[in-house]
Amino acid sequence: MLFLDLLIQGLLQGSIYGLIAVGLTLVYGLLRILHVAHAGLFTLGGYICVIVTNQTSSFLLAVLTSMILVGLAGMIIYRICYQPILDQPPFVPLIASIGLFIAMEELFRIFFGAYGLSFTELPLQEPLALMQINLKQAEWITIASSVGFVAMLAFLANRTKLGLAWKATVTDPEIASSFGVNIIQVRYLNFFIGSSLAAVSGCMMAVLNNLVEPTMGSVPSYKMLAIIVLGGLGNVRGTLIAAVLLGIIESYGTIYLDDLLDRDSIAFVFLIIALMIRPQGLFQRH
Amino acid sequence: MAYEISLLIVMGISITAGLSLNLITGFCGQISLGHAAFMGIGAYTSALMTKNGFPFFPSLAAGMLLAGIAGFFVGLSSLRVRHDFLAITTMGVGFLFIGLVRQQDALGGEMGISGIPDPGLGKIGFLLLVLGCAALVILFCQFMKRSWLGFSFDVVADDEDTALLMGLNVTQFKLIAFAIGTCLAGLAGGLYAHNVRFIDPESFGFIESITVLSMVVIGGIGSVWGVVIASAVLSVLPLWFQFIEDYKLLVYGLLLFSVMRFSPGGLSAIFSKIFTRSLK
Repeated sequence: MLFLDLLIQGLLQGSIYGLIAVGLTLVYGLLRILHVAHAGLFTLGGYICVIVTNQTSSFLLAVLTSMILVGLAGMIIYRICYQPILDQPPFVPLIASIGLFIAMEELFRIFFGAYGLSFTELPLQEPLALMQINLKQAEWITIASSVGFVAMLAFLANRTKLGLAWKATVTDPEIASSFGVNIIQVRYLNFFIGSSLAAVSGCMMAVLNNLVEPTMGSVPSYKMLAIIVLGGLGNVRGTLIAAVLLGIIESYGTIYLDDLLDRDSIAFVFLIIALMIRPQGLFQRH
Repeated sequence: MAYEISLLIVMGISITAGLSLNLITGFCGQISLGHAAFMGIGAYTSALMTKNGFPFFPSLAAGMLLAGIAGFFVGLSSLRVRHDFLAITTMGVGFLFIGLVRQQDALGGEMGISGIPDPGLGKIGFLLLVLGCAALVILFCQFMKRSWLGFSFDVVADDEDTALLMGLNVTQFKLIAFAIGTCLAGLAGGLYAHNVRFIDPESFGFIESITVLSMVVIGGIGSVWGVVIASAVLSVLPLWFQFIEDYKLLVYGLLLFSVMRFSPGGLSAIFSKIFTRSLK
């Protein structure tokens, strides 16, 4: 059973990675910015979720609040942080983003304390057996929400006018805007959607660990960069595959590779190998 | 007095570290987010050697050599990927270094290496050594900037494709920049290990890489004096003002962000702007 358990744990971790990484890859696809501060939004999402749940004892309300507030925060970050430096060389927004992320982590520590927050009453803990796999409700919901949101995103991108505008802007912003697409709106919307997905994964992470702490974003933040590079930057499908694969590999890696490497550096081994062999990413953009 | 000496030692080591990254990122335009790993290689090599009875100076040199060799190989990656991809690759190298060290018992694992022997130079002697190293590195960088090597680095940093068209051997220059820069980082790491006399994986983690990078970026990428001043000030600022120590990372983060947002050229750009304006 160990084999299967590890697989499921890997899937679970992979869905969380996937939800964060999709937002990041959307931002990269549109603006060519490596948005490290995205993980700060993930942490913010977790905090809002715990605080609202503890106040109102409704987890659903907490997730919705968190999605909206974090989505707005993402738009503000775009406006204040990235928009003015879009014409600079790529390392400028990257370093600015790292600076912002470090500052955000410190602000969480200063406002909410270094030891983090927990739920007063942890929601979604009833066990639920589906197909003879026994998981907690929260774990099922994590996997389901990851699949659901990504399907929604795929629908949005492929079947709506909005998605068409988004894809046009990714391909060529100037031509898109000359065809009447409001590229500023597309960018704001992009940040809103990406950030609210990060908020969802922050909420799920909070429930799975019953803890939010200032540094909960620091490992994901850099691992996400590895994932979106492996997934072929800006490629949503590739990013998801990379996220789930990494989740599963890490899950087995903790058992079989532990003498050599710690879990968090496995992603970077793959990153370095992959970039050296295929500098354009494992799954090339179409 | 002892306190002032230790402040100056910290300052000198930071200047060496800052300039070593400036050589790669500033002079040659190759961004590195894993610089602390090379300091780590220098620190671990020299610390393990002096702990096993080797004399101080050969150990320091061995640390530099090993860091430089590692840097040469990491530099190979800069031939494959550029700009932000190179940034991610070097960041990955940094995380990989810590991940490896953490799990090796021979390297002290999570607990690190403690009881690193005193170099036997006395407090003043060590200070002179550190300041001497920093001064030599400053002179070396100044000299580099004006040498043909420095000019070639400049072209590579400005526009790689043009450099290629001009018949410059871009590959060679990038590798040289990485090898020299990481070798000097190894020096800074060795000095750090024998100053603090305790090292663990966390001392060379991502935050440390970012700290060094912020010295370079805030000082002004590619400017020698800007980086010297920024390294000196940023390294002792938290020690001088205790309240900053608590908010050290917040200050670093905000500084990094604001410099990139408002003046990507750093301090040196601000100064030269003020200076040229006053000349008019």
